[in-house]
Amino acid sequence: MSELLKNIIRYILFIFIQVFVLNNIPPLHQFIVPYLYFLFILWLPFNMKRGWLMVVAFLFGFSLDAFTKTPGLHAAACVLIAYIRPFIISLLVSRDMAELNYVSPSAKSLGWVPYITYVLVLTLLHHTYLVFLEWMQFGSFIYFMGKVLATTAVSFVLVMLVEMLFPRDQRYRTNTA
Amino acid sequence: MRNIFLFIRRYANFFFFLVLQIVALWLLFSYNKFHQAAFMGVANDITGKLNEEYNSIEVYFKLKKKNQELLEENNRLRNMLQENFGVRDTTLFSIKDTLTINDSSRIFRRYYSMPAQVVDNSTSRQNNYLMINRGYNQGVRKDMGVVSPAGVVGSVLDVSDNYAVVLSMLHRVSRISASVKKTGETGTVEWDGTNPLFVTLKDIPKSVQLNQGDSIVTSRYSDKFPPGILIGTVESVATDPSSNFYRVKVRTATNFFNVQYVYVIENLEKEEQLQLKSGIKINE
Repeated sequence: MSELLKNIIRYILFIFIQVFVLNNIPPLHQFIVPYLYFLFILWLPFNMKRGWLMVVAFLFGFSLDAFTKTPGLHAAACVLIAYIRPFIISLLVSRDMAELNYVSPSAKSLGWVPYITYVLVLTLLHHTYLVFLEWMQFGSFIYFMGKVLATTAVSFVLVMLVEMLFPRDQRYRTNTA
Repeated sequence: MRNIFLFIRRYANFFFFLVLQIVALWLLFSYNKFHQAAFMGVANDITGKLNEEYNSIEVYFKLKKKNQELLEENNRLRNMLQENFGVRDTTLFSIKDTLTINDSSRIFRRYYSMPAQVVDNSTSRQNNYLMINRGYNQGVRKDMGVVSPAGVVGSVLDVSDNYAVVLSMLHRVSRISASVKKTGETGTVEWDGTNPLFVTLKDIPKSVQLNQGDSIVTSRYSDKFPPGILIGTVESVATDPSSNFYRVKVRTATNFFNVQYVYVIENLEKEEQLQLKSGIKINE
């Protein structure tokens, strides 16, 4: 299956799972909203241009917004992490190591520790921005901090579960392929 | 000039990032003010279709409970039928019975209700919305009231051809005029965004004796809801020493987690009421 087709299927799956499964979970606490959809952006291939990365992220966030009736909220957060993503990757691994040999970021291509850092930083950024936009309209500072931390923790657990349940087979890229 | 182009090219990504952010934020902050942004009408129709498909599966899992609720409602309505009220035969003189419901000579219709099915619902966010499968073509208009068999749900926010978005009572900007059923004082019901089981009733003066379990119903002043529809019951009462009013914690009558069938309520005299109201402003 080509990388493009794979990502199109992922796009639809992530939106549907977020809208119809995760958003329907009865709230355990006011701080906790299980977010997983942004993993789509973390999984996009290395060789995408940053401009395209942001276009895709905007459309992706906006698709979710159409369901949650908050036009622009998730789109803004997604564009932010799409913009930051290349910086983080270049900080974490040397360029020729991962990017030339593998297609997209994963535990295998980056190594476990850099990959966990990568997920944690982007998750925290995404949620901070998302909750901040919500907080500007109402809410207290404790609410802001509590929600960012609790939501990040839950998201991180979900991302790790997905990584373990659905390992992506990362072919080693060769010149022939 | 050349330097400007070089500058722009060098930071093209950053500028593009800023443009996308501005577009997103503009959409977000304008939506709350003018929620009829053109694209949302189209988006509502598409997401509405998907939500309806999903709902048609989900509905089976709740059938038993829903049947029970409808049964109870039927029972309540059946008890109000005219046939249940008899006239005693006094043989000497007849009295015109004014107690019956369908006395058309003195009662006119003020409210008209239409059933609808909820195809999308949220409770976990700060601003919650519902979507129902009845839109402009089926007679739903903006600002109509929406109630469930158990009690108040919210009011219509946005209408597309076949679907409507309902501003849930669990929304930061939701304000519903309410009154204490027992004594009749009116106040406002709001949501503080924390627990979907409870809403807050404000502006009830401290002179009123409130007990746990007292009914809070829609007030006579609302232009969306008929008076006397249950909003919830008093859970606890907090006295604020700095004001003369209570802050009452009210347990919602509607269970927002599983609301599936609702009624959209049309106030047939709303136009007239609003016209009269707007006239006052002009005279000032």
